[in-house]
Amino acid sequence: MRSTKESRREGRNFYFFISPWLIGFVLFALFPVMASLYYSFTEYDIIHAPKFIGAGNYQELFQDEQFWNSIKVTLKYTFISVPLTLLLSLFFAILINQKIPFRGFFRTAMYFPSMISGVSMALLWFWVFNPQAGLFNYVLSIFGVEPIAWFLDENYAIWALIIMSFWGMGAGMLIFLAGLQGVPSSLLEAAKLDGAGRLRSFWNVTLPLISPVFLFQLIMGLIESFQVFTQAYTITQGGPNYSTWFYVYNIYVNAFKNFRYGYASAMSWILLIAVMIITYAIMKLSNRYVYYEGGSER
Amino acid sequence: MSQPAYAGQPKKKTKLDIAPIIGFIILLAVTIAMILPFGFMISTSLKTTKEMLVFPPTVIPEQFAWGNFKELFINDEIKFGRQYGNSLIVSIATVIGTVLSSSFVAFGFARYRAKGSQLMFMLVLGTLMLPYPAIMIPQFLLFTKLGLHDSLLPLILPAFFGSAYMIFLLRQFFSNLPNEIYDAGRIDGCREIGLYWKLTLPLAGPVLATVAIFSFIWSWNDLLAPVLYLDSQENFTLPIGMAAMLSSKFRIAPWNLMMAASLLSVLPIVALFAVAQKRFVEGIVLTGIK
Repeated sequence: MRSTKESRREGRNFYFFISPWLIGFVLFALFPVMASLYYSFTEYDIIHAPKFIGAGNYQELFQDEQFWNSIKVTLKYTFISVPLTLLLSLFFAILINQKIPFRGFFRTAMYFPSMISGVSMALLWFWVFNPQAGLFNYVLSIFGVEPIAWFLDENYAIWALIIMSFWGMGAGMLIFLAGLQGVPSSLLEAAKLDGAGRLRSFWNVTLPLISPVFLFQLIMGLIESFQVFTQAYTITQGGPNYSTWFYVYNIYVNAFKNFRYGYASAMSWILLIAVMIITYAIMKLSNRYVYYEGGSER
Repeated sequence: MSQPAYAGQPKKKTKLDIAPIIGFIILLAVTIAMILPFGFMISTSLKTTKEMLVFPPTVIPEQFAWGNFKELFINDEIKFGRQYGNSLIVSIATVIGTVLSSSFVAFGFARYRAKGSQLMFMLVLGTLMLPYPAIMIPQFLLFTKLGLHDSLLPLILPAFFGSAYMIFLLRQFFSNLPNEIYDAGRIDGCREIGLYWKLTLPLAGPVLATVAIFSFIWSWNDLLAPVLYLDSQENFTLPIGMAAMLSSKFRIAPWNLMMAASLLSVLPIVALFAVAQKRFVEGIVLTGIK
C-alpha cells in the first residue's frame, strides 16, 4: 500500500511533466473547438465584433449549393480513392511478402513516393497531367488513347486527383507488410495441415489477424481524405466549374477569402461531427467484424 | 527491419512455381510506374523552356539547362532562396520543439499514475483525430490578435506544446523501459527531471530520431497553416512560394523552374531517407503515420 504522501508526490510529478501538453491542449485544441462552436452562431468578419445570429449560418448552409457540392466532391474522392488505395496497398504487401527477388528494393521504391507529398508533389502531378506535353497523356498515347485535358476538364479533374492518390499507397503497404509478418507461421502451418489452400488460409487465417490494421488504416484514410486541401489550392483552385471544390477548400475560401469566419466555423463544426461519427461508426462495426487477439481489450 | 521470416506458402516440389515470377513482373511494372513521374521531374528541371513543351517529351534533355537552378535563386520575382531559408527555420524549430516537449510529456504519461491520468491520455488520443480545419479559424484569430500575423511564429509555437502523435509514440517506448534503471537512478540521487533528461533521453536515441524525422517532414510539407498566416512573399515558406510560382507573372508556366524547385524542395527528405531509412519504416509501422 502506498502512502498518500507518495501518491500525492507522484500526482504532482505527473502533472508537472504533462503540463506543456495540457497548456497546449487548452490553447490550441479545447479553446478553438469551443470558440468555433460559438463563432458558428455568429456573423464575424474580424473587424466588427461577432454578432449572434442563432442558427442562421446553419440555415444558410443547408441552402448553399456550394456547400452541398463540396460534400459531394469530397465524398466522391474519398469513397473511390480510400478503398482502392487500401486494397492496392494490401495487394502489394501480400506480393512483397512472398519470396521474390529484390523485394527490399521493391519495398523501398514503392513506399518512398508516399514520403513526398505536399506542393512539390502537386506541382509534379499538375505537370504530369499537362494536356499538351505531359507524361501521362504520352503514356496513354502509346496505347492509342486520345489526349485528355485532365485538370482543365471538369469531368476528368477529380479522376486525375484520384489517380494521383495511388502514388501514396506505399505507407499503407508498409503497415500491412508489418501486419502480415506478424501472422504466426504456426497458424498457417496448421491451416495447411487441415488442407486449406492459399486462398482459404489467407481468407480464414491471415485476413482476420490483420483486420485491426485494416480498420486503423481505413479510419485514418477517411479522416485524411476529408481534409484534402493542398491539391485543390495548388492545382485546380476548386475548378474547373467547381468539380474539385473540396470541403476544406470551401472552408478556406469562406473564411480567408470572403472573411466570413462565422459561416466557415459552422462548416468546421460539421466536419468535426462527421469525423466523430465516422470514427464511432467504424469502431462499432468493427466489434462485430474485427478480430482482436487476446479478447476484447485494446 | 530485419529480414522477415518467410511465413508464406508451401513450396510445390513437383512443378515449377510460377507465382513468384508473375509477382516479380507485376512489382517491376508498378515500381517503374511509381518512379516514372520522378524521372519526369528531374528531366524537366534540366530542360529549356522550349524543350520542355516538346511532345512526346524527351527523356534526356538535349542541352542541360543548369541555369534553371541558378534562375530560382537570382530571380527576384521568385525569392526561392529566402523561402527555402524560411522553411528551414520553421521546420528545424518545429523539430526541436516537438522532440523536447513530446518526450517530456510522454515521460510523464509513461512513468506516473495520478488521478485523471487515464482521462488525460484519452484526451491525447482524442486529439489524434481532431482535424486541423476544425480548429484553424479560432487559432488564426488568436494569433492574429497577438499580432503574429505574417510571422513564422504561429507555425512554430504550437510544436513546443507537444504533438499528440509523438507523445503517443514516445509513451509506448518509455513504458517499455525497465523500472530498475529508474530505481538505480533514484538511489544515485537523481531527481525526477534528471531521470528524464539523463536516463531516459539517452536511451531513446532511435525513437527520438523517428520523431524528429516525421515532425520535420510534416512541417516541411505543410501548406494550409502557412497559407493562413503568411502574406508577404519574403515570409512565405517553400510550399506557398512554389504554389505562387504557378499563378505568377510568367507568360508561359515555368514548368522547368517549378520542377527544379520541386526537386530542391524534396532534397532534404531524400537526404533524411538516405541516412535513416530504418527510422522511416519504424515510424510508419509503429504509428501508421505518413
